[in-house]
Amino acid sequence: MNAKEKEQYLRDYSVLKNQGKSFFPYAIAKDGTMALITMLVIIFMALALGAELGPKADATTTSFVPRPEWYFFFLFELLRVIKPPALTFMASIGIPTIWLVLLLLLPFFDRGPERHPLRRPIATLAGIATIAGMAYLTVLGALAGSPNEIELQARGQEDGKLATASAGCLGCHTIGENGNAIGPELTDVGARLPRQAIARTLLNPTAPMPTYQELQQKDPEKFQDIVDFLASLK
Amino acid sequence: MKLPTPPLPKALRPKPARPGSRPPRNGSQANGSVQDLRPGTANGSGDRPSKGGGSTIDREALREKAHEVPIGIAGWLDERSGASPFARGFLYRKTPKGTNWAYTLGSATMFAFVSQAVTGVFLAMYYNPAPADAYESIARISNEVFLGEFVRGMHRWGSTVMVVLIFLHMARTFFYGAYKYPRELNWLIGVVLVVLTLAMALTGYLLPFDQRGFWATVVAVNINSSAPIMGPYLADFLRGGAEFTATTLSRFYSIHMLLVPGLIAVLIGAHLYLVAKLGITAPPWLKAEKDKALSRDEI
Ligand code: HEM
Repeated sequence: MNAKEKEQYLRDYSVLKNQGKSFFPYAIAKDGTMALITMLVIIFMALALGAELGPKADATTTSFVPRPEWYFFFLFELLRVIKPPALTFMASIGIPTIWLVLLLLLPFFDRGPERHPLRRPIATLAGIATIAGMAYLTVLGALAGSPNEIELQARGQEDGKLATASAGCLGCHTIGENGNAIGPELTDVGARLPRQAIARTLLNPTAPMPTYQELQQKDPEKFQDIVDFLASLK
Repeated sequence: MKLPTPPLPKALRPKPARPGSRPPRNGSQANGSVQDLRPGTANGSGDRPSKGGGSTIDREALREKAHEVPIGIAGWLDERSGASPFARGFLYRKTPKGTNWAYTLGSATMFAFVSQAVTGVFLAMYYNPAPADAYESIARISNEVFLGEFVRGMHRWGSTVMVVLIFLHMARTFFYGAYKYPRELNWLIGVVLVVLTLAMALTGYLLPFDQRGFWATVVAVNINSSAPIMGPYLADFLRGGAEFTATTLSRFYSIHMLLVPGLIAVLIGAHLYLVAKLGITAPPWLKAEKDKALSRDEI
């Protein structure tokens, strides 16, 4: 907007503003009604859905399901949709950060005087696409089953399978049909990595994977079971 | 020589009469212009009990004084703070023609934030951010404290409601082009508020210290640490070191209940100041009808 357009806007706006009503009591009545509805919705949800409390956190015997609140699903799901490991960085940090910077700078690159949504098709379409994308990823995240069920065909190794399932690896990796493909697939890690390398990764993982050092110190046997089991996957 | 009396400061000048009450006494009215037909007030200052011997209780005058107490309090405050022009400017500013229900989303977001603050205060009375007791203290809130589970539920679902509302409000301002001149700064503050709101959700998730929250937070912080430049520092700051330790929990707690809400409150204040100062946008499909408005204003 150049100086003339700015002045034009301020003039038009002051005319419309003068034709409007006083904030008190007109707008405030609407705001109050909406606040009441908000309150009722919160109370209703609190009564109907309660606040569950899962099993206590335990850094060693981990049967963790790293599931965030549903409104973070779209961020998590981004990790799953973008498969190639080289791009994981883009999914976890890159895209959200770029989007955030775009949002911050929006008023500085979209400076035209037009405000009608139908007469700024690019902005409107970009907005709708963003909302649709977030909604799609959220639904995907909601439909992804609990990543903690392991149904791999038995290959002996019962202890290792159990330990692996309860360590929550499947929150981020797939083994066979199970798990989430946030990290690399583990169905055949044994073929790709030797035992030591697997153990090393468990102890010094690359982010965002959590380390299993504590498990190794507190329950070396269980740790060993996991390593054995993974090494046997070929 | 007599100096001219300076005019009284605004706050000390007699207030104009409220509609329906008596006209001001003590001669501030031009002589003979009193049009009050009610009995007993024909002669200006006649109803002062102090003048009439003091023994008769003038009920009407008392009632009138009682009516004026709130005005008196407001006046007392105003004389000392000068706040009333601000309050008046805020309350009686105009909102443009055509504002609709979508314009209530911002204040609803603020209301959800206030609800979170209030329920959060009550939760903080019972919560203990020590790794050995955090989970147990939450369980106590749910099972023993009077209405504890209800307040927890409100806090938990209030967060969902607030996140939904803030995104809806953002969508409203986006599609209405409300981020354009002269409201760019308000949009910037808004984006920071989104980030802070999500930071609230993230830090709050760990506090019950159950498996779900704990591991989701571990992964989230690790994702954070993979960000370039700031990432590792931010992750270390969140964890209070390179590992999840006992301080991590109290750190998250302090961030969740002091740092971020403080920032949010300050920024909401700035946001609202700008809303009042710049005025709320008119719906973009309304065109100002200049000629009519001008001629009407001139009449
Ligand atoms: C804690 C979060 C927030 C609160 C409490 C809040 C509150 C408000 C309120 C009460 C208004 C008045 C008009 C209305 O309700 O629509 C407003 C206007 C506005 N808000 Fe927010 N807001 C928040 C977050 C945001 C966000 C995330 C954005 C965008 C990124 C944003 C951008 C704006 C803009 C541009 C206006 C001016 C709208 C206009 O003049 O039409 N706000 N905000």
